[in-house]
Order: sequence, then structure tokens, then C-alpha cells
Amino acid sequence: MSTSLMLLILLSVPLCAAVVLAFVGDRRLAPEINILGSAATFAAGLGLALEVYEVGPMLAGGNFFFVDAFNVYLSVLTSFVSMTTAIFSRRYMRREREHGRVGHVGMRFYHAMFQLFIFAMLLCLLTNNIGVLWIAMELATLSTVLLVSLYRTPTAIEAAWKYFILCGVGISQALFGTVLLYFAAEKVLGEGGDALLWTNLSQVSGQLEPTVLSLAFVFLMVGYGTKVGLVPLHNWLPDAHSEGPTPISAVLSGLLLNIALYALVRCKVLVDGSTHTHRAGNIMMGFGLLSILVAAFSLLRQKDIKRMFSYSSIEHMGIATFAFGLGGPIATFGALLHMLVHSLAKSAIFFTVGHASQMHRTQEMDRIKGLFRGNPLVGWGMMFGVMAIVGMPPFGIFTSEFLILTATIKDAPLMTPFLLLGLGVAFAALLRKVQPMVAGEVPDYQKSMKVAHLPVVLHMALVLVIGVYLPDFLSQWFHTAVELLK
Amino acid sequence: MDIETVASLSSFLAALVLLTAFAMLVQKRIYSLIHLFAWQGLLLSANTAVVGYVAAKHHLYISSLLTLSLKVVLLPYILHVLIHRLKIRKEIETIVNVPMTMLIGLALVIFSYHLTAPVRELSSLVTRSTLAVALATVLIGLLMMITRKHAVTQIIGFLAMENGLFFAATSATYGMPLVVELGVALDILIAAFIFGIFFFHINTAFDSLDVEKMAKLKEVD
Amino acid sequence: MTGGPILTEFLQIMLLLGAAPLFIGWVRTLKCWAQSRDTAGVFQPYRDLARLFTKDVVLAENASWIFRFTPYLVFGTAILAGGIVPMLSTDLPLGLSADVIVLVGLFAISRFFTALAGMDIGTAFGGMGSSREMMVASLAEPAMLMAIFTVSLADKSTSLSHIAEVAFSSQALLKPSLAFAFLAFVLITLAETGRIPVDNPSTHLELTMLHEAMILEYSGRHLALIEWAGMMKLFLFMALGSALFFPWGIDKSGDLSGILLAGGLLTIKLGVAGVVLVLIETGLAKMRLFRLTEFLGSAFLMATLGMLSFFILE
Repeated sequence: MSTSLMLLILLSVPLCAAVVLAFVGDRRLAPEINILGSAATFAAGLGLALEVYEVGPMLAGGNFFFVDAFNVYLSVLTSFVSMTTAIFSRRYMRREREHGRVGHVGMRFYHAMFQLFIFAMLLCLLTNNIGVLWIAMELATLSTVLLVSLYRTPTAIEAAWKYFILCGVGISQALFGTVLLYFAAEKVLGEGGDALLWTNLSQVSGQLEPTVLSLAFVFLMVGYGTKVGLVPLHNWLPDAHSEGPTPISAVLSGLLLNIALYALVRCKVLVDGSTHTHRAGNIMMGFGLLSILVAAFSLLRQKDIKRMFSYSSIEHMGIATFAFGLGGPIATFGALLHMLVHSLAKSAIFFTVGHASQMHRTQEMDRIKGLFRGNPLVGWGMMFGVMAIVGMPPFGIFTSEFLILTATIKDAPLMTPFLLLGLGVAFAALLRKVQPMVAGEVPDYQKSMKVAHLPVVLHMALVLVIGVYLPDFLSQWFHTAVELLK
Repeated sequence: MDIETVASLSSFLAALVLLTAFAMLVQKRIYSLIHLFAWQGLLLSANTAVVGYVAAKHHLYISSLLTLSLKVVLLPYILHVLIHRLKIRKEIETIVNVPMTMLIGLALVIFSYHLTAPVRELSSLVTRSTLAVALATVLIGLLMMITRKHAVTQIIGFLAMENGLFFAATSATYGMPLVVELGVALDILIAAFIFGIFFFHINTAFDSLDVEKMAKLKEVD
Repeated sequence: MTGGPILTEFLQIMLLLGAAPLFIGWVRTLKCWAQSRDTAGVFQPYRDLARLFTKDVVLAENASWIFRFTPYLVFGTAILAGGIVPMLSTDLPLGLSADVIVLVGLFAISRFFTALAGMDIGTAFGGMGSSREMMVASLAEPAMLMAIFTVSLADKSTSLSHIAEVAFSSQALLKPSLAFAFLAFVLITLAETGRIPVDNPSTHLELTMLHEAMILEYSGRHLALIEWAGMMKLFLFMALGSALFFPWGIDKSGDLSGILLAGGLLTIKLGVAGVVLVLIETGLAKMRLFRLTEFLGSAFLMATLGMLSFFILE
């Protein structure tokens, strides 16, 4: 099959599914349609990846789309996690509906927006036009805003409003940055849509005006940085991730943050090419390190379980941003790996968290107890997930964090103590908070329920495999991506 | 019309856009605020058409029409309908310390002027000097969102920011490529529907559109 | 024409003295028409002044020299200011030695002494009026200077004569900086000359008075002088606005026909200005005192925006 056909499938399946589910999203079979759509998307993503693996980077759809090792790996990850999330959400949303938290319209809305969100993220990744990249990013925000407020509780509405306003403001700054980028590109590439194409931009990045690009990067950093959830632009993130339905928390934490970081990294490559300095990298390192430290200490004070794990997402996005900022082959490799394993581990954790909070009908950690005995899969899943996320061997995050740490010691030794401090505090905080939840007697208010096994097991197995043995094709892939990002 | 006259007309329109931005910053009546927003859109649309004429860029006429229909007609209409339905026509918002807000706004104008200096030096477009005004409009919209506590005014601030961004694209580069402009317009349209829904949700959940009342989510309880 | 400039100077001051009450009369007549009241005629201010001059001065027992000295000083500064502002011609001997900053300074001196005189007697109203007047002044003066600086930046001089000449000969119609400065100037004029919405010149209601409260204790010729100076101040501000923003027709050479033409045009401009003033006054209500900061803040904002847009856009 040709690339453009594969791309067409990859993008049109979620879009069509969104339209279909907008009408039938409350029927009995809607979750199955949702799963089917995501599975088809995943299959198309795999097909595309295979082609890129064999043929190398390519353009499609008349320069409108561009696929290389970097974005295709994220596309596969995105479609994979959205598939498992769809599987998880089948049981979860059915239960929420039984509890009366969502109605007919809510279900239709939920399913349609879920697919639209996936479409927006994939468009974001695959488009060659950085203007369209911005539009898709905004679309991804808009499609999830009303999902965060799905339960219509005052706190949910507050969280969604915050999300809408802060991300709207943030992303507007990114648009200004894009305008500046276009201004610089136009000088070299001439007017018209071609001047916004990433493939053209990356070729001429050396000729772009450095002062303008530095200025543009500040705006892009603030804009996309808000969406990545970097401190001090992170205020919306814990609220939005904790108040929405858990499947949405899983995709927000696991995927959307990655996409925003992807956009930021793409821009950074251009800026680096133009300025020939490490300024953009330094800015990213600063934001990253601050995020790690603030998030790690915030973890200590959390009472709400989803809120706590959103802070953990901020911390990990901080690590990845820091590593991309640091640059160099080892750090970039580590960052790419980190994005992958963090996505897998964090969404797995959110799956277990969703079940745990449904079993106890609360998100307060004080009330969640005895998960090992109450439901071994949820208990052990959460335990292993947390062990993975804090960076214990043999899980994949240990590998990526180890790589990043090694690179830091070599290239920026002064940063090492801060990085270690952040990692250490997060380690202690998470394990201390999770231990009482999983161990102990089963409380009488805990309800047993059927849980979705597959997503959790699949994700954790992948994280483990990547930790123990990084498949050749994957490391090959990352090496190619690292080359691209030099 | 010769280029010089058109350029000075464009600067004049830019100055008026800035004036509406400041007027919105301190306008207390929601109704008048929407009118000001519509005026700003009209000025932008006129400016885009003027720039399109001077630069002989025909796609700018399309963006000008798009702005006219979206920001002068449709969005103000939606806002009118919403505030009519929500029965907040006569609400007057208290703004703390108007002179201070104005002074901060002035500082933002100076800041934008300073920030856009490299672009101004490199550019050869007749509209290059209006970029500072555009950035100032963006920042003043942001300031408005920070100082205001009413959901509707925050949204108007947000839309004013968007106006500034559109203006920036026109003045720095004679407009973004058409596909991007259309996409941005689509996003704004979707955003309009979302905030429309939001107003009703907030009003039902909090009995008011005062966003100060939303203070349940805090770091430490 | 020999000795032209000095003669023009003299003519101008005479015009100021003679026409200021007429202008006030015109404004009051228009206002009466706008509110469908009977008018007292445009010459009523002259009759008022004449009546006041014939009356005896009543002085409070504890009035000091400041109280007696102030009316003359206020009147004198107004005349001096009339020598600086180019009304008929730009060729003014005084205009060469004093620029627009001096003009603002002259107004400030007269205000300072009026405020002192208001407090001199020790009545409650006088003190209240003075403090309010100073509050307005502290906000209006920076705005005034800012507006004037904007114009002088655009015309590259602070000399009023020079500004008027340059502005007259320059071609650009749409200068955003001048538009902003003009808006600011209008707001400041309303505040400085005590018109609605800042002050109400035709009331003696204790809660709303600003300027009137300070001069409540004056009588006879003292009051006549102060009133006359107040009329001249309004006239001067109108003339200043014309010189800064609409300098069409102001004579440069000093010959008679030019001056006559300038006089004719000035009459038309003042007539229009009177209409605009009345429109503003009937359209707006008097503001509460504490909202004045917002009003004058906007004036300052406009003036500063004018200056910024000079740098940014021109």
C-alpha cells in the first residue's frame, strides 16, 4: 500500500468514527465501535511505521504530510495507547453510566470527542505545516475541554474552565511564535504555504534570521510549554487531569503532553539550526528542571490520587524536556525512550487508578485501601506501575532515566544534584503514598468489580520488555530519530 | 491612492485598534464591551483590506471578509444571544484600580515595541511598524483576562487576543497562508460554541458567571 | 507694517480680553438653546463683569495679602498666556521667549495662588475646593504636558509659534499621534477649565463644587477679575487647541490682511468649538469626584499612547 493511502486511513478512521459515534455513541455497541476504530487506527499506524522503517522519511499528500522516524514512532504510540484506553473505557464508562454520572448525550459526546481528540493528535504529529500543527494542537485542546467537564460537577467545570482559558492563552503565544517563524522563513523561502513546511524549513534553518528565531522560540516555548505542563505554566494540568473521566486523564497525561513536547522539539531544532547556540536548549533545561523539582515536592502534599499522578506527569515531562534541552545523542535517545515508556506506564497507572477509585467511589487516597487483597490486578498493577514510574529497574523508565542522568553528569554536571534530588523526592513521595493504598485489609466500603485486564497487562509488559531488552528495531529507530534531531 | 497614503491609513487604523484594546480593558458594561469588540474586528477587517490593496495580495481580501463575518457579525451576535439568554445584560463589573490597569497596559505597549525591534529592523513591509501594536493588543487582551473576573469578559479578552494575533500575522507577513487562516478561524468558531456551552454550565453550577466563585480546586485544603 | 510684531501682540491681548466673555456668552446661549430655555443673550457676561466691578470689595477680617494679591496675579498670568499662544499670528515677540512649557507653568502658578487664597480665609469650603482642585491638577498637568510633548515631538519644537507653523505646512492628514494627543487635549481642557463632566461651572452646590468653592469668599472687583480670568482661560485653551491641532489660517508674516483672515477663521473655529463643548456638556453628566482619577487617567493614557504611536507608527 502506498504511504498516502496508509496516512489517509490513519487520519480518516478516527474522524469517521467521531462522526458515527456522535450519532450512536450512547448505544450498547458504541464502546465496541470505539475500540474497533482505535484498533484500525493502530493497524494503519503500524503499517505506516513499517514503511517508514523500510523506506525512510517521506512526504505525502502533496507536501502536506511528512513522516519520519520521530513522528511515526509517536503516531504508533498514540494510536496504541488510544486503543488500549478505548478497551479500558468500555467497562469504566459503563460503570460510570450505571452510577448515573453521565447520561445519553454525555456518552455520545464522550465517544465522539475521544475519536476527534485522537484525530487531532495524529494530525498534529503528521502534518508538515507548522501552522496546521498549531491548529491541530488547538483542536486537541478544544476537543478535550468539554470532556474534562463531562460530569458537570462544580469542580469539574472549574477545572475545564481553567484548562480552556489557560491553554487558550498559552497556545495563542505559540501562534505569535509561529507568525514570527513564518516571517523569518518568508525571507528565505518566499511567500506562500511552502514557507511554513517543516521539510523546507529544516533545510534552510541555517539561513533563518537568528534574532527573530530566538524571539519566536520564547513565544513557542511559553505556548507549547503550557500544553506540556511545564512549571510555572502548569496550573491547569493537575485540575484538568484529575476532574475528568479517568480514560481522558490517561490520554491527556499519556499522549497530549507528548504531542505538545513533540511540537516544541520540532521548533527547537529549527531555532538551533539558525542560532548555532545552545540558548533554546538552555531555556528548555531550565523549564524542565524547575518542573521536576516543583512537581516532586508537590507530590508530597497531594490527597487526591489522580491529582498526584498528574503531578508525576509534570515531573516526567520535565525530565524529557530537560533531556531534549541538554541535547547530544545519549540525552536525546533517553528523552525519546522516556516519552515512550512514560506514556505506557502512566496510562497503565491511570487505568488502575480509575478502577480503584470506582471500587471505593472516591479519589481520596486516605479512603483507598487494601487493593492487593481486594483486586490483585488493580493492586499489583498500580504497584508495578508506580515502581516503573519512579524509575526502579528493571522497568523501561530506569533505562531512560539512567541514560539521561549519564548524559547530565557528562555535559551539565552542575545540574546533576538537582535532577537527582527531584528524582529522589518523587521516588519517596510516590512509594510512600501508594504503599498504604495497596497493602492492608480490605475496607468494608470497597466494592468488588470486573476490571479490564488487557490494557494494564499489555502496557506493563511492554514497559518491562523495553527495560530488560530494547528490541533492535526500536533502538535503530531511536538512533534515526536522534540523527534527525541533531 | 499612493502607497504612502495607504501606509499612513494603515497606521491610523492600527492606532485605533490599540485604542479599542485599551477601551475594552477598562469598559465595565458587558454590552458596550461587545460593541467595542465588534468595532475592533471592523477596524482589523478594514486594515486587512487596506494592506491587501497596498501589497496586491488578494488572499488578504478573503481574510478580511472572514474577519468581517466572524468577528464583526457572528461572534458579537453569539455573545449578544448568550448574554440575553443568561439575563446578564445589565450587569456591571467592578474593576479594581483602573488607572493602575491603564499604566500596566502602557508598559505593555512599550514592552511590545522593544520586543519587536529586531523584526522591525529586518522587515521591508510598509506595515512593519504595526507589529508592535499587534503584540500590544495580544498582551492587553491577556491583561484583560487576568484583571477581569467575569466569564464573559474573560472570553472577550481571549477573543481580543486572537484579534491581536491575526493583526500580527497581517502586519509582519501580509497574512499567514490561507489554509492556516481558515484553520484558525475554524478553531475560533469551535471555541465560540464551547464557551457558549460553558457559560450555561457555569451559570447552573455556580449561580453566577463570576469566575472568582470557582475556587474549590486548590493545592492544599 | 512697522513695529508689526508688537502691535500684533497688543491686538491679540486685546482680542483675548474682549472676546473671552463673548465666547462664554456664546457657549451659555447655545446651552440654553440646547435645553430650550430663554437666553440672557451673548453679552450677558459683559454685564455681569461690569456689575461686579461697580460693587465694593468685602474682605474677611483674617484675609492676608495672598487673598488680595491673587486676583491680580491670576488675571495677569492669563494676559501673559494670551501673549504666548498664537491666536492671530505666529510672529509674537513673547512667543520667542516663552514656549509651551512656560504656558503650563503660568497656569500652574495661577492655580497655586488660587488654591492658597481658597485656604487663606479658613472656611471649610475654601479648603475643600483647594484640595479638590489640587487633586485634579496633579492628574491633569502630567497629561497636559504629555499631550503637548507629543505634538512637539511631531513638530520638533516646544515653541508654540513654531509648532503652529510646522503643523500648518505639513501634509500628513492621518497622524495617529496627533489624533491621540487631540483626544487627550479635549479631556484635559474639560478638566482644566472646570466644565462638565469634571466640574459644573453653573452651580454652587456644596458637594459638587471644585473651582467655585475656592473663590466663594471673593466679591466686587476681585471676583470680577477672577471670573474674567476664568473666561480667558477657556478662551485660551480653545485657541491653544486651534494652534496645536488646527492651525489653518494663523498668520505668519504679520500683515493686516493675514491677521484679519486669521481673526475670521478663529471666530469660525471658536464658534464650532463652542458647539462641540455644549454637545459634550449636555451629553454627559457630572462625574463623581473619585471617578475623576479614571477620567484624567484616560487623558494621560491617550497622551502617552499618542507619544508611543509617534515612535511606533511614524
